[in-house]
Amino acid sequence: MLARFWARAPAVLRPGLGCQVMGRMTEWRRRYPATERKKFYQDVSISQGEGGAFEINLDRKKLKTPQGKLFTVPSEVLAIAVATEWESQRDTLQFFTMHLTTLCNTALDNPTQRTKEQLIRAALKYLDTDTVCYRVEEPPGLVELQRNEWDPVIEWIENRYNVVIGSSTSILGPNIPKESKETFEQHLSSYNSWALVGLEYIIHQLKSVVLSLNLIDRNLNVEKAVLLSRLEEQYQIECWGNVEWAHDYDLHELRSRTAAGTLFVHLCSESSTVKHKLLQD
Amino acid sequence: MAARLLRGILKELRSLSPGPGGIYRESAAYKYITEQFRKNQVTSEKLCRAQQELYHQASTYRCLLQSVRQHQALHQEYHGKRERPTGEVAQLVGLKLPQQPGGKGWEK
Repeated sequence: MLARFWARAPAVLRPGLGCQVMGRMTEWRRRYPATERKKFYQDVSISQGEGGAFEINLDRKKLKTPQGKLFTVPSEVLAIAVATEWESQRDTLQFFTMHLTTLCNTALDNPTQRTKEQLIRAALKYLDTDTVCYRVEEPPGLVELQRNEWDPVIEWIENRYNVVIGSSTSILGPNIPKESKETFEQHLSSYNSWALVGLEYIIHQLKSVVLSLNLIDRNLNVEKAVLLSRLEEQYQIECWGNVEWAHDYDLHELRSRTAAGTLFVHLCSESSTVKHKLLQD
Repeated sequence: MAARLLRGILKELRSLSPGPGGIYRESAAYKYITEQFRKNQVTSEKLCRAQQELYHQASTYRCLLQSVRQHQALHQEYHGKRERPTGEVAQLVGLKLPQQPGGKGWEK
Protein backbone atom coordinates (compact mmCIF):
# COMPACT_ATOMS: atom_id res chain seq x y z
CA MET A 1 0.00 0.00 0.00
CA LEU A 2 2.83 2.34 0.81
CA ALA A 3 4.64 1.42 -2.40
CA ARG A 4 2.25 3.60 -4.42
CA PHE A 5 2.81 6.41 -1.91
CA TRP A 6 6.58 6.22 -2.25
CA ALA A 7 6.47 5.74 -6.00
CA ARG A 8 5.01 9.22 -6.34
CA ALA A 9 7.64 10.80 -4.11
CA PRO A 10 10.76 12.12 -5.85
CA ALA A 11 13.70 9.74 -5.58
CA VAL A 12 15.78 12.03 -3.40
CA LEU A 13 13.19 11.78 -0.64
CA ARG A 14 12.87 8.03 -0.56
CA PRO A 15 14.89 6.80 2.41
CA GLY A 16 17.27 3.91 1.93
CA LEU A 17 16.59 0.27 2.66
CA GLY A 18 16.87 -0.99 6.18
CA CYS A 19 14.66 1.66 7.77
CA GLN A 20 11.67 0.47 9.67
CA VAL A 21 8.30 1.32 8.20
CA MET A 22 7.40 3.69 11.02
CA GLY A 23 10.86 5.24 10.74
CA ARG A 24 10.14 6.17 7.11
CA MET A 25 6.79 7.57 8.09
CA THR A 26 8.20 9.85 10.76
CA GLU A 27 11.10 10.86 8.48
CA TRP A 28 8.56 11.92 5.88
CA ARG A 29 6.52 13.69 8.54
CA ARG A 30 9.50 15.63 9.81
CA ARG A 31 10.32 16.96 6.35
CA TYR A 32 6.73 17.47 5.24
CA PRO A 33 4.50 18.04 8.26
CA ALA A 34 1.41 18.10 6.10
CA THR A 35 -1.93 18.83 7.67
CA GLU A 36 -3.60 16.21 5.50
CA ARG A 37 -2.33 12.76 4.61
CA LYS A 38 -4.01 9.68 3.27
CA LYS A 39 -5.30 7.15 5.75
CA PHE A 40 -2.85 4.26 5.62
CA TYR A 41 -4.42 1.80 8.03
CA GLN A 42 -7.62 -0.18 8.47
CA ASP A 43 -7.77 -1.19 12.11
CA VAL A 44 -6.89 0.62 15.29
CA SER A 45 -6.27 -1.30 18.49
CA ILE A 46 -4.78 -0.78 21.91
CA SER A 47 -2.19 -2.92 23.63
CA GLN A 48 -0.43 -2.74 26.95
CA GLY A 49 3.33 -2.56 26.75
CA GLU A 50 6.03 -3.11 29.31
CA GLY A 51 5.72 -0.95 32.39
CA GLY A 52 1.94 -0.94 32.13
CA ALA A 53 1.70 1.94 29.66
CA PHE A 54 -0.77 1.65 26.78
CA GLU A 55 0.16 1.80 23.09
CA ILE A 56 -1.85 2.42 19.94
CA ASN A 57 -1.55 0.05 17.01
CA LEU A 58 -2.48 1.10 13.49
CA ASP A 59 -2.93 -2.24 11.72
CA ARG A 60 0.24 -3.95 12.93
CA LYS A 61 2.40 -0.87 13.32
CA LYS A 62 2.84 0.95 16.60
CA LEU A 63 2.03 4.63 16.65
CA LYS A 64 4.98 6.93 17.27
CA THR A 65 5.26 10.60 18.21
CA PRO A 66 6.51 13.22 15.72
CA GLN A 67 9.98 12.90 17.24
CA GLY A 68 9.98 9.16 16.72
CA LYS A 69 9.38 7.98 20.29
CA LEU A 70 6.95 5.17 20.99
CA PHE A 71 3.51 6.63 21.69
CA THR A 72 2.50 5.51 25.18
CA VAL A 73 -0.14 6.81 27.55
CA PRO A 74 -0.49 6.04 31.26
CA SER A 75 -4.27 5.62 31.23
CA GLU A 76 -6.32 3.03 29.36
CA VAL A 77 -9.29 5.38 28.98
CA LEU A 78 -7.04 7.98 27.37
CA ALA A 79 -5.72 5.29 25.03
CA ILE A 80 -9.30 4.39 24.05
CA ALA A 81 -10.10 8.03 23.35
CA VAL A 82 -6.96 8.48 21.23
CA ALA A 83 -7.75 5.26 19.36
CA THR A 84 -11.26 6.57 18.68
CA GLU A 85 -9.74 9.74 17.18
CA TRP A 86 -7.63 7.66 14.80
CA GLU A 87 -10.52 5.33 14.03
CA SER A 88 -12.80 8.20 13.08
CA GLN A 89 -10.51 9.44 10.31
CA ARG A 90 -11.79 8.86 6.78
CA ASP A 91 -9.78 9.04 3.55
CA THR A 92 -7.40 11.71 4.75
CA LEU A 93 -5.94 12.20 8.21
CA GLN A 94 -7.03 15.54 9.57
CA PHE A 95 -4.53 16.21 12.31
CA PHE A 96 -6.10 19.50 13.29
CA THR A 97 -9.08 17.57 14.68
CA MET A 98 -7.01 15.11 16.70
CA HIS A 99 -6.57 17.18 19.81
CA LEU A 100 -5.97 14.39 22.31
CA THR A 101 -3.26 12.88 20.10
CA THR A 102 -1.61 16.30 19.84
CA LEU A 103 -1.65 16.74 23.60
CA CYS A 104 -0.14 13.30 24.17
CA ASN A 105 2.57 14.04 21.60
CA THR A 106 3.40 17.31 23.37
CA ALA A 107 3.57 15.59 26.74
CA LEU A 108 5.78 12.79 25.40
CA ASP A 109 8.12 14.84 23.20
CA ASN A 110 8.24 18.05 25.22
CA PRO A 111 9.40 19.92 22.10
CA THR A 112 9.92 23.20 23.92
CA GLN A 113 11.91 21.36 26.61
CA ARG A 114 10.09 22.90 29.54
CA THR A 115 10.43 21.75 33.12
CA LYS A 116 7.45 21.47 35.45
CA GLU A 117 8.31 24.81 37.10
CA GLN A 118 8.47 26.54 33.73
CA LEU A 119 5.09 25.10 32.80
CA ILE A 120 3.53 26.36 36.03
CA ARG A 121 5.08 29.79 35.54
CA ALA A 122 3.79 29.96 31.96
CA ALA A 123 0.31 28.93 33.11
CA LEU A 124 0.14 31.44 35.96
CA LYS A 125 1.38 34.29 33.77
CA TYR A 126 -2.16 34.46 32.42
CA LEU A 127 -3.41 35.36 35.89
CA ASP A 128 -2.16 38.94 35.59
CA THR A 129 -4.17 39.42 32.41
CA ASP A 130 -7.02 37.08 33.24
CA THR A 131 -10.02 37.62 30.96
CA VAL A 132 -12.60 37.61 33.71
CA CYS A 133 -10.70 40.21 35.70
CA TYR A 134 -10.55 42.74 32.89
CA ARG A 135 -13.74 44.80 32.92
CA VAL A 136 -15.00 47.42 30.49
CA GLU A 137 -16.62 50.66 31.54
CA GLU A 138 -19.07 50.90 28.67
CA PRO A 139 -21.55 49.97 27.09
CA PRO A 140 -23.65 49.48 30.22
CA GLY A 141 -25.19 46.27 28.90
CA LEU A 142 -21.78 44.64 28.65
CA VAL A 143 -20.67 46.02 32.02
CA GLU A 144 -23.67 44.41 33.69
CA LEU A 145 -23.24 41.17 31.75
CA GLN A 146 -19.61 40.91 32.83
CA ARG A 147 -20.57 41.62 36.43
CA ASN A 148 -23.36 39.05 36.49
CA GLU A 149 -21.49 36.32 34.71
CA TRP A 150 -17.89 36.76 35.80
CA ASP A 151 -18.23 37.81 39.45
CA PRO A 152 -19.63 34.42 40.57
CA VAL A 153 -16.77 32.44 39.02
CA ILE A 154 -14.15 34.69 40.60
CA GLU A 155 -15.90 34.41 43.94
CA TRP A 156 -16.02 30.62 43.65
CA ILE A 157 -12.28 30.44 43.10
CA GLU A 158 -11.59 32.93 45.89
CA ASN A 159 -13.60 30.84 48.32
CA ARG A 160 -12.25 27.52 47.20
CA TYR A 161 -8.57 28.43 47.30
CA ASN A 162 -8.81 31.11 49.97
CA VAL A 163 -7.23 33.77 47.77
CA VAL A 164 -7.93 37.33 46.71
CA ILE A 165 -8.24 38.07 43.01
CA GLY A 166 -10.79 40.79 42.35
CA SER A 167 -11.36 42.58 39.07
CA SER A 168 -10.37 45.89 37.55
CA THR A 169 -11.33 48.38 34.87
CA SER A 170 -7.82 49.78 34.61
CA ILE A 171 -5.64 48.99 31.63
CA LEU A 172 -3.03 47.49 33.94
CA GLY A 173 -5.43 44.82 35.04
CA PRO A 174 -6.10 43.38 38.47
CA ASN A 175 -3.61 43.66 41.28
CA ILE A 176 -3.15 40.07 42.40
CA PRO A 177 -1.36 39.74 45.73
CA LYS A 178 1.74 37.58 45.94
CA GLU A 179 0.10 35.18 48.43
CA SER A 180 -2.61 34.31 45.91
CA LYS A 181 -0.02 33.53 43.27
CA GLU A 182 1.90 31.37 45.71
CA THR A 183 -1.25 29.46 46.62
CA PHE A 184 -1.92 28.74 42.97
CA GLU A 185 1.68 27.76 42.38
CA GLN A 186 1.48 25.29 45.22
CA HIS A 187 -1.81 23.91 43.95
CA LEU A 188 -0.52 23.49 40.41
CA SER A 189 2.61 21.69 41.53
CA SER A 190 0.40 18.94 42.92
CA TYR A 191 -0.45 17.98 39.33
CA ASN A 192 1.87 15.66 37.41
CA SER A 193 3.66 16.93 34.32
CA TRP A 194 1.17 15.39 31.86
CA ALA A 195 -1.81 17.00 33.58
CA LEU A 196 0.09 20.29 33.65
CA VAL A 197 0.56 20.17 29.87
CA GLY A 198 -3.21 19.84 29.57
CA LEU A 199 -3.90 22.56 32.12
CA GLU A 200 -1.54 25.05 30.47
CA TYR A 201 -3.24 24.26 27.15
CA ILE A 202 -6.69 25.03 28.55
CA ILE A 203 -5.50 28.24 30.15
CA HIS A 204 -3.94 29.29 26.85
CA GLN A 205 -7.17 28.56 24.96
CA LEU A 206 -9.54 30.25 27.41
CA LYS A 207 -7.06 33.06 28.19
CA SER A 208 -8.07 32.77 31.83
CA VAL A 209 -6.74 30.92 34.85
CA VAL A 210 -9.96 31.50 36.80
CA LEU A 211 -12.16 29.91 34.14
CA SER A 212 -9.77 27.00 33.66
CA LEU A 213 -9.73 26.18 37.37
CA ASN A 214 -13.51 26.45 37.51
CA LEU A 215 -13.65 23.99 34.63
CA ILE A 216 -11.10 21.55 36.06
CA ASP A 217 -12.78 21.61 39.46
CA ARG A 218 -16.06 20.84 37.70
CA ASN A 219 -17.87 24.04 38.67
CA LEU A 220 -18.44 24.77 34.97
CA ASN A 221 -18.91 22.56 31.97
CA VAL A 222 -16.98 23.14 28.74
CA GLU A 223 -19.77 24.97 26.89
CA LYS A 224 -20.29 27.39 29.76
CA ALA A 225 -16.56 28.02 30.26
CA VAL A 226 -16.13 28.77 26.55
CA LEU A 227 -19.17 31.05 26.62
CA LEU A 228 -17.74 33.00 29.54
CA SER A 229 -14.39 33.23 27.83
CA ARG A 230 -16.02 34.68 24.72
CA LEU A 231 -18.52 36.82 26.63
CA GLU A 232 -17.78 40.10 24.92
CA GLU A 233 -17.71 38.46 21.49
CA GLN A 234 -21.07 36.86 22.26
CA TYR A 235 -22.46 40.24 23.28
CA GLN A 236 -21.30 41.80 20.01
CA ILE A 237 -22.74 38.87 18.03
CA GLU A 238 -26.11 39.47 19.62
CA CYS A 239 -25.90 43.16 18.70
CA TRP A 240 -24.50 42.89 15.22
CA GLY A 241 -25.19 39.37 14.01
CA ASN A 242 -23.34 36.10 13.66
CA VAL A 243 -20.89 35.27 10.88
CA GLU A 244 -20.84 31.51 10.51
CA TRP A 245 -17.49 31.14 8.83
CA ALA A 246 -15.74 33.16 11.54
CA HIS A 247 -17.74 33.06 14.79
CA ASP A 248 -19.07 29.53 14.63
CA TYR A 249 -15.78 28.22 13.30
CA ASP A 250 -13.88 29.78 16.21
CA LEU A 251 -16.50 28.68 18.71
CA HIS A 252 -16.39 25.05 17.73
CA GLU A 253 -12.61 25.05 17.50
CA LEU A 254 -12.33 26.57 20.98
CA ARG A 255 -14.86 24.12 22.39
CA SER A 256 -13.10 21.11 20.91
CA ARG A 257 -9.68 22.21 22.16
CA THR A 258 -10.97 23.06 25.64
CA ALA A 259 -12.90 19.80 25.89
CA ALA A 260 -9.84 17.83 24.81
CA GLY A 261 -7.66 19.64 27.34
CA THR A 262 -10.13 19.07 30.18
CA LEU A 263 -10.48 15.40 29.39
CA PHE A 264 -6.70 15.11 29.15
CA VAL A 265 -6.16 16.69 32.57
CA HIS A 266 -8.79 14.53 34.25
CA LEU A 267 -7.60 11.30 32.65
CA CYS A 268 -3.97 11.99 33.46
CA SER A 269 -4.53 12.89 37.07
CA GLU A 270 -7.16 10.41 38.21
CA SER A 271 -6.46 7.02 39.60
CA SER A 272 -9.64 5.05 39.41
CA THR A 273 -10.13 2.60 42.18
CA VAL A 274 -13.12 0.35 42.21
CA LYS A 275 -14.76 0.22 45.58
CA HIS A 276 -17.48 -2.34 45.83
CA LYS A 277 -20.15 -1.49 48.34
CA LEU A 278 -21.49 -4.43 50.19
CA LEU A 279 -25.21 -4.72 49.63
CA GLN A 280 -27.01 -4.75 52.94
CA ASP A 281 -29.65 -7.43 52.82
CA MET B 1 -30.61 13.51 32.13
CA ALA B 2 -27.86 10.92 32.31
CA ALA B 3 -29.73 8.85 29.74
CA ARG B 4 -29.89 11.81 27.38
CA LEU B 5 -26.15 12.37 27.81
CA LEU B 6 -25.40 8.71 27.11
CA ARG B 7 -27.61 8.78 24.02
CA GLY B 8 -25.81 11.91 22.84
CA ILE B 9 -22.38 10.32 23.16
CA LEU B 10 -23.47 7.11 21.46
CA LYS B 11 -25.03 9.09 18.63
CA GLU B 12 -21.73 10.88 18.07
CA LEU B 13 -19.80 7.62 18.18
CA ARG B 14 -22.18 6.10 15.66
CA SER B 15 -21.66 8.98 13.26
CA LEU B 16 -17.89 8.51 13.61
CA SER B 17 -17.73 4.84 12.79
CA PRO B 18 -17.03 4.17 9.13
CA GLY B 19 -18.75 0.80 8.79
CA PRO B 20 -22.41 -0.11 8.47
CA GLY B 21 -24.91 -0.62 11.24
CA GLY B 22 -23.82 -2.22 14.44
CA ILE B 23 -20.04 -2.19 14.00
CA TYR B 24 -19.65 0.81 16.26
CA ARG B 25 -20.91 -1.37 19.12
CA GLU B 26 -17.73 -3.42 18.88
CA SER B 27 -15.49 -0.41 19.44
CA ALA B 28 -13.60 -0.03 22.68
CA ALA B 29 -15.06 3.41 23.29
CA TYR B 30 -18.66 2.17 23.09
CA LYS B 31 -17.98 -0.71 25.44
CA TYR B 32 -16.16 1.44 27.96
CA ILE B 33 -18.79 4.19 28.04
CA THR B 34 -21.77 1.86 28.37
CA GLU B 35 -19.96 -0.05 31.10
CA GLN B 36 -19.21 3.15 33.03
CA PHE B 37 -22.80 4.35 32.86
CA ARG B 38 -24.10 0.97 33.94
CA LYS B 39 -21.65 0.75 36.85
CA ASN B 40 -22.58 4.16 38.19
CA GLN B 41 -26.30 3.61 38.11
CA VAL B 42 -26.36 1.39 41.13
CA THR B 43 -25.55 3.59 44.06
CA SER B 44 -27.41 4.15 47.25
CA GLU B 45 -26.05 7.66 47.77
CA LYS B 46 -28.05 10.56 46.41
CA LEU B 47 -25.06 12.85 45.95
CA CYS B 48 -22.44 10.48 44.73
CA ARG B 49 -19.21 12.29 43.98
CA ALA B 50 -18.05 9.63 41.56
CA GLN B 51 -21.35 9.97 39.73
CA GLN B 52 -20.92 13.74 39.41
CA GLU B 53 -17.36 13.25 38.17
CA LEU B 54 -18.50 10.73 35.59
CA TYR B 55 -21.29 13.03 34.48
CA HIS B 56 -18.88 15.92 34.00
CA GLN B 57 -16.39 13.72 32.15
CA ALA B 58 -19.11 12.26 29.91
CA SER B 59 -20.47 15.72 29.19
CA THR B 60 -16.95 16.88 28.32
CA TYR B 61 -16.45 13.95 25.96
CA ARG B 62 -19.76 14.57 24.24
CA CYS B 63 -18.80 18.23 23.81
CA LEU B 64 -15.48 17.12 22.32
CA LEU B 65 -17.08 14.76 19.79
CA GLN B 66 -19.81 17.23 18.83
CA SER B 67 -17.55 20.25 18.47
CA VAL B 68 -14.90 18.33 16.49
CA ARG B 69 -17.60 17.16 14.09
CA GLN B 70 -19.06 20.65 13.70
CA HIS B 71 -15.62 22.25 13.37
CA GLN B 72 -14.70 19.74 10.68
CA ALA B 73 -17.96 20.40 8.82
CA LEU B 74 -17.38 24.15 8.90
CA HIS B 75 -13.77 23.67 7.81
CA GLN B 76 -14.91 21.55 4.89
CA GLU B 77 -17.54 24.10 3.96
CA TYR B 78 -15.45 27.27 4.15
CA HIS B 79 -11.82 26.20 4.04
CA GLY B 80 -12.02 23.07 1.95
CA LYS B 81 -10.71 22.93 -1.59
CA ARG B 82 -13.79 23.65 -3.58
CA GLU B 83 -14.55 26.00 -6.42
CA ARG B 84 -17.05 28.66 -5.49
CA PRO B 85 -18.79 30.89 -8.01
CA THR B 86 -17.97 34.60 -7.66
CA GLY B 87 -21.48 35.42 -6.48
CA GLU B 88 -21.21 33.02 -3.55
CA VAL B 89 -17.80 34.33 -2.52
CA ALA B 90 -19.16 37.88 -2.47
CA GLN B 91 -22.12 36.75 -0.42
CA LEU B 92 -19.79 35.33 2.23
CA VAL B 93 -18.70 38.83 3.16
CA GLY B 94 -22.14 40.30 2.67
CA LEU B 95 -21.70 41.83 -0.78
CA LYS B 96 -23.59 41.34 -4.01
CA LEU B 97 -22.25 41.37 -7.53
CA PRO B 98 -23.15 44.54 -9.43
CA GLN B 99 -25.96 44.42 -11.96
CA GLN B 100 -25.30 46.06 -15.28
CA PRO B 101 -28.53 46.60 -17.20
CA GLY B 102 -26.85 46.88 -20.58
CA GLY B 103 -24.83 43.71 -19.99
CA LYS B 104 -21.07 43.66 -19.69
CA GLY B 105 -19.18 45.19 -22.59
CA TRP B 106 -17.67 41.98 -23.88
CA GLU B 107 -20.86 39.93 -23.69
CA LYS B 108 -22.73 39.37 -26.95
